[in-house]
Amino acid sequence: MNPALWAAKTGLDAQQTKLAVTSNNLANVSTSGFKKGRAVFEDLLYQNVRQVGGATSQDTEAPSGVHLGTGVRVVATEKLYTQGGLTQTNNALDVAVEGRGFFQIQMPDGTNTYTRDGSFQLSAQGQLVTSSGYTVQPGITIPEGAQSVTIGRDGVVSVRLAGQQAPVQVGQLQLTDFVNPAGLQPLGENLLAETVASGPAQSGTPGQNGLGVTTQGNVEASNVNVVEELVNMIETQRAYEMNSKAISTADQMLEYVNNQL
Amino acid sequence: MDRMLYVAMTGAKETLRAQTVNNHNLANVSTTGFRADLAAFQSRAVDGTGFASRVYATNGTVGWDDTSGALLSTGRDLDVAISGKGWIAVQGPDGKEAYTRAGNLQVDANGQLMTATGLPVLGDGGPINIPPYTSIFFARDGSISIVAQGQTPDTTSTVGRIKLVNPANDQIARGDDGLFRMKNGGVADSDAAVQLGSGVLESSNVNTADAMVNMIELARQFEMQVKAIRTAEENANAATQLMRI
Repeated sequence: MNPALWAAKTGLDAQQTKLAVTSNNLANVSTSGFKKGRAVFEDLLYQNVRQVGGATSQDTEAPSGVHLGTGVRVVATEKLYTQGGLTQTNNALDVAVEGRGFFQIQMPDGTNTYTRDGSFQLSAQGQLVTSSGYTVQPGITIPEGAQSVTIGRDGVVSVRLAGQQAPVQVGQLQLTDFVNPAGLQPLGENLLAETVASGPAQSGTPGQNGLGVTTQGNVEASNVNVVEELVNMIETQRAYEMNSKAISTADQMLEYVNNQL
Repeated sequence: MDRMLYVAMTGAKETLRAQTVNNHNLANVSTTGFRADLAAFQSRAVDGTGFASRVYATNGTVGWDDTSGALLSTGRDLDVAISGKGWIAVQGPDGKEAYTRAGNLQVDANGQLMTATGLPVLGDGGPINIPPYTSIFFARDGSISIVAQGQTPDTTSTVGRIKLVNPANDQIARGDDGLFRMKNGGVADSDAAVQLGSGVLESSNVNTADAMVNMIELARQFEMQVKAIRTAEENANAATQLMRI
């Protein structure tokens, strides 16, 4: 079938994917710890119809050939790990990461996942868990009767028990970093999984070895820039319209042939 | 058979090809660093007996548009764009040096600097390895400096330099995979005059208004060619009618 139609069709597909990524970003504008995504496009293979430089006689060669492009494809939807703004909540169990690093979360099946969303809560057993109820690693248990919880910039969690003067240290939060965070696989529920592309997880103490620090009483807001996404949306819509116009034009050309001949 | 029919047919066929090139450009209106393809028609005289009145049209890809695309600020530290002319050297899938304008880079699990399509970016001495870092910065000449993991921001180290080249347009050609390569199969010399911007991406340089107008023009041109085919058919019909008497 006519390659002009197919080249334009790949354009429609790609713009549709871009819009899906943009809408997902916009939908998550208030999700804590959310990192915006971006669709990466690449031009598809070229068809070499007539070789450039092919001999046109014994002494001459074609100065230009015919290379027909076949359109565009989406190669990746990568996440952009820029820092989101910190929103002050004054909730003692809200912890934001300032800088690099992720909290390690243990899933019910024993596997580890990672998140930037530090709006933690307590389980019935006093364990520090995410909003979905998965335990934070290393496990931290707040004893019953704790009057206040303090989390330091180095992740040290201490509590003050009723009737005691000095705070008691109950554990230390750790952060995990990856060589290529863009290679992490998003799982939903603000969770990410390690992959071959991300490199192995490297855990450490917050504030050391280039890891970020933990900030109590704050959550990291989504890093989606609404204005940028709206501009993206306009651009995507117009590009979509132009590609659909290209399809209808190619269609009209063929229709004209059918009617006239 | 009258050659008018064939001359008009090549016109229609080549117009469809030019439309494909145009649609390909439109499809890549959001592809980072994309260079628009330029198509042009060439006339080919039909040799043979009789009066030399017939000329075929053939379509050729004469090159690409070398104007710069718009620079979009993204704020991502691994996004780079070349301002003005020049190319980023990468290692193509065949292991040879190839050139691209797409600067949305990544650092893979082994610390190698890659393009978004997974091709290693070349430095002056081959692929560039980046040690674990807390922050990374690309200088205007392509030098990469980092603050290594565990270091304070006052100790930056240079870990390499992206090879930037600027061969003349007639020395490079686009391959079937969309990457540009030297026509003679060689390697371009790095050029210190090429300037890199960091935190920005270059958009596709397809001019959408141009492409839309081009599309309309090609569609009308196509209709004229088809009309000529139709006329050739009518002429042939009229000639047949004449014979019947």
